Amino acid sequence: MLRRLVHCALCWTLSMAGVAGLYILAGAEFLGLAQLIVYVGAVAILIVFAILLTQRRELLSIERLTAGSWVTGVAVAGLVAGCLWIGLAYTRGLGGAGGASGGPALETRELGELLMGRYVVAFEVAGLVLTVALIGAVILALPFEQPREASGRRADRPAAGEGWDARRQGGQGA
Amino acid sequence: MITAHHYLAVAAMLFGIGLAGALTRRNSILVLMSIELMLNAANLNLVAFGRQAGWEQGSQAALWVMCAIAIAAAESGVGLALILAIYRHRRSAHLDESPPLKG
Repeated sequence: MLRRLVHCALCWTLSMAGVAGLYILAGAEFLGLAQLIVYVGAVAILIVFAILLTQRRELLSIERLTAGSWVTGVAVAGLVAGCLWIGLAYTRGLGGAGGASGGPALETRELGELLMGRYVVAFEVAGLVLTVALIGAVILALPFEQPREASGRRADRPAAGEGWDARRQGGQGA
Repeated sequence: MITAHHYLAVAAMLFGIGLAGALTRRNSILVLMSIELMLNAANLNLVAFGRQAGWEQGSQAALWVMCAIAIAAAESGVGLALILAIYRHRRSAHLDESPPLKG
């Protein structure tokens, strides 16, 4: 088991690349490359930066799971995956094949025509969502303003132990 | 020969792994990564069924996968910014130590 958060992030990146490989194997080359660019190229970098920015040195390794949470998590996840698996085992008639197994591959031209034609609204809404998310993420990540700057008294930074509550009460008292 | 069954089995396993991580871990970055794993399992299902239908008929599946990837990218960006903001208040990225979210 991996004990370091950065190693977990790198293995997560590897599994995302594996999913991209499965897309390409299924004949959807465009989707595979988009997955590679978005996840391996962007989100992985974002996650690694978040790890580096938020983890103190003693938190960089993952805590060991307690036995109770281990059993509960594995039991619930195993139950869900087992139900999916049983449903899959009793399904017939999924024999058709495309992509690498001889069927037609996904035409990127057709995908582009759909995006620009019939589903242009979904395309535009996705762009709007991404823009709003970008602005929101920038606003959320802006530095926290000290609430007592204007009162003339120099607001000293709270110690590492105290947090949001102490600062809020200090701001109300001033 | 690879059939849709194999893709769906991989997706079920991926979903189970993601669910286990999201349920057991306390570190918010790990939970976010697990949620992304589950999203990818759903996308893999869509791709499997698009391939099953033949990509001439199933190209709408690819469209929904594109939209899901865009939404997932937005989600992870906002989620990581939130984790950063909470960490700045609390000096911790653990979920059970997050600030009380009230006005």
